[in-house]
Amino acid sequence: MKTICLYFEMHQIIHLKRYRFFDIGRDHYYYDDYENERSITEIAERSYVPALQTLIAMARENDKYFKVAISLSGVGLEQLELHAPQVIDLLQELNATGCVEFLCEPYSHGLAALANEDSFREESLRMRDKIKELFGKAPKVFRNSSLIYSDEIGAQVAAMGFKGMLTEGAKHILGWKSPHFIYHCSLNPNLKLLLRDYKLSDDISLRFSDSSWSEYPLYADTYMDWIAQMPEEEQVINIFMELSALGIFQPLSSNILEFLHALPQCARERGITFSTPTELCTKGKSVAPLEVPYNISWVDEERDTSCWLGNAMQREAFNKLYSVADRVRICNDRRIKQDWDYLQASNNFRFMTTKPASVGLNRGIYDNPYDAFTNYMNILGDFINRVNTLYPADIDNEELNSLLTTIKNQGEEIEQKDKEIERLQKQLEKYTGAEPAPKKAAPAAKKAPAPKKAAAPKAAPAPKKAAPAPKAEPAKKAEPKKTATKKK
Amino acid sequence: MKVLMFGWEFPPKIYGGLAVASYGITKGLSLQPDVETTFCLPKPCGEEEKFLRIIGMNQVPIVYRDHDWNYVRSRIPDYMTPEDYYRFRDHIYADFSYMNTNDMGCMEFAGGYPGNLHDEINNFSIIAGVVARSEEFDIIHAHDWLTYPAGVHAKLVSGKPLCIHVHATDFDRSRGKVNPTVYSIEKNGMDHADCIMCVSELTRRTVINEYHQDPAKVFAMHNAVYPLSQELQDLPRPDHSKEKVVTFLGRITMQKGPEYFVEAASLVLQRTRNIRFCMAGSGDMLDAMINLVAERGIADRFHFPGFMRGKQVYECYKDSDVFVMPSVSEPFGIAPLEAMQCGTPSIISKQSGCGEILTNVIKTDYWDIHAMADAIYAICTYPSLFKYLQEEGLREVNEITWEKVAQRIRRLYDQTIERFYK
Repeated sequence: MKTICLYFEMHQIIHLKRYRFFDIGRDHYYYDDYENERSITEIAERSYVPALQTLIAMARENDKYFKVAISLSGVGLEQLELHAPQVIDLLQELNATGCVEFLCEPYSHGLAALANEDSFREESLRMRDKIKELFGKAPKVFRNSSLIYSDEIGAQVAAMGFKGMLTEGAKHILGWKSPHFIYHCSLNPNLKLLLRDYKLSDDISLRFSDSSWSEYPLYADTYMDWIAQMPEEEQVINIFMELSALGIFQPLSSNILEFLHALPQCARERGITFSTPTELCTKGKSVAPLEVPYNISWVDEERDTSCWLGNAMQREAFNKLYSVADRVRICNDRRIKQDWDYLQASNNFRFMTTKPASVGLNRGIYDNPYDAFTNYMNILGDFINRVNTLYPADIDNEELNSLLTTIKNQGEEIEQKDKEIERLQKQLEKYTGAEPAPKKAAPAAKKAPAPKKAAAPKAAPAPKKAAPAPKAEPAKKAEPKKTATKKK
Repeated sequence: MKVLMFGWEFPPKIYGGLAVASYGITKGLSLQPDVETTFCLPKPCGEEEKFLRIIGMNQVPIVYRDHDWNYVRSRIPDYMTPEDYYRFRDHIYADFSYMNTNDMGCMEFAGGYPGNLHDEINNFSIIAGVVARSEEFDIIHAHDWLTYPAGVHAKLVSGKPLCIHVHATDFDRSRGKVNPTVYSIEKNGMDHADCIMCVSELTRRTVINEYHQDPAKVFAMHNAVYPLSQELQDLPRPDHSKEKVVTFLGRITMQKGPEYFVEAASLVLQRTRNIRFCMAGSGDMLDAMINLVAERGIADRFHFPGFMRGKQVYECYKDSDVFVMPSVSEPFGIAPLEAMQCGTPSIISKQSGCGEILTNVIKTDYWDIHAMADAIYAICTYPSLFKYLQEEGLREVNEITWEKVAQRIRRLYDQTIERFYK
């Protein structure tokens, strides 16, 4: 029995503002608030809201027969929270129908997977927690930004504990193979791979309203016939696209939502079911390992990373950005971490592409790739300066990391000691039964010099009340340690 | 196909971009075996290249003088025969003896752009009448407004179609305050033309909107560049890892927007000190610019090397890290292409015609000094941007050849002739 895995991606970047090099060191706010609000509101109105309402209706009408997967990028989610919370309400509503699965993806929609394993892991797990917090279920299946995948990325994702991953059914990787099967990562057989059927996906997301297309107009029953007519053994049809394809790339006037709405009914008539990625990854059997030595993605005809890293400018920007990845991860400055998420978004690199034919590329405020590069590099220049002022640049990352770990460990140690002191003081109070003491001791415990004073008078009366030796001893032990940590 | 061309400048005597363009077009046409070009110049110097036939208008008689063969031979230059002289003499069409002619019956030209330019233009067109009567040709091609009257005259005399080539309009030269005499000459030329070739879409729109021409006969015909000679290619690029040089090269005049370059430089120098600026050329705004530089307090980093010619120009390009052309209105602007040939990235104003065929340059509005400063800073600071623009720019500019331009011109000739006789 054939099954369709329908998946939508929701991502919108935080737009950068026009940032001249004069602003470096003077202005640390990089974002175009007006454009952010305008674009997300427009997309929500024209695409997300009507599309999600349709999905909710489909879920309700077909009662568990229809299933869909959705993933959100962290930055996109922040935008929605700020400017279009009604979309999140709709997502919750859809979640309540039980027909949706939320997938995990890197928080920033960035290219960390290609540059820094630790950053990649950190932001992916952060996103997993955020999804769990929002929708109550920790995602088990992962999708990388723009479906970027290679064997190594697969291994990293498997190490994070994901069961499956979505990627592109790129022709140059598959060769004679079909995307209509489940494969697994060649480095880790536990990670199942679902491959996008780019023909069927693009029929909807790219060509649906194109009147010069030979299949125009496309109807749901024709579409389902194509799937039904596939060879019997090809059972998994993965249709992945951006949610904004419904309404933005394909205008609502093309009746794309009516098309979508009719899909479950037409599928049911032909005995085709719907599945979520997790169902496929847990129940389905992999037919073979898939070897992907080079990065693939779902972008452009090449299906590789050339639209982000194709020219020297993009590579310089990319290398500069990720040169501070470790520093940013170590630090705990919230604004820097936030900027880091926003600057990583792969769209920023895409604006710099010089490839001749980029389908539907909107460069936003930028006239051309050089403009995009200049603006981004100015911002990056300021950002890197800020990161470097956090810690001296001449300490290398490992040393810095070990210093920071020491500080952190010592902090934990102090905390533990404080607790110990508190506990002991409470015990002491029990023994002494003295009343004025606890009042002083409680606040004093937090300050480093205070406990000495507090401890001394308490330690003094303790022996009077025939306190046994063993109890005085830990108190004494705590004292020297306190002073020792203070020195550091 | 025989083309009768009227031009005002031709290498090796170069006054401006017109000479370079005239050379490129004729050289490109000469590569097509069935095109024969006759080029009429006011005053050839005799050292022009020999791939086309040149007629010196100062050698064409307009008053009948009786001289024997040997005398004529001794008085005319090598590229002309006494038979040519006699043929021209047979086609004198009116009595011009009141005019100031020499013993050969010819008019003298000062050449270039003298004070009595309008007289010279008039004389040029009188002589064109003689040439048009004595020569055989299929189409007339007149370059720039100085030769439009000659072209129109030739058309009226011969009944052959007229193409005019708009290298600039007075709207570009004067920022809108046009000289009515020049405008009337330009307008008259365009009204009579059967085909108007403009060096850019920008100029084409000016011609359509300001000169009220029928868009169907106005075409954009972008210029090109000639490959650099080996000698120029071998000029070294000095090492600029410590200090960058940003160059403006051109006439220092209102049309070229030099003040925007100075303002952008002053913005850049507020933030960085390892960049020098160079404004090469001369012009009516030179003094004003020196004053402005002093006022902004950047004179220690801003240099005026003066007018450059020949090889110096290319040395200057090669010694620069960024070439800036902030022209307020530039019909085409061949300089950025030359800079790109030398491997120097260019920043040009969006108001420049050459921007229409270039992608590997940075385009800003001429008045947007912040964007210009930002672009200058970026190219000087980010090596990948410099390298990308350098390599891709060179590749791009190598594809822009006069040969291709001439092929397009040829196609337009054919169309014009076909339409003309329909």
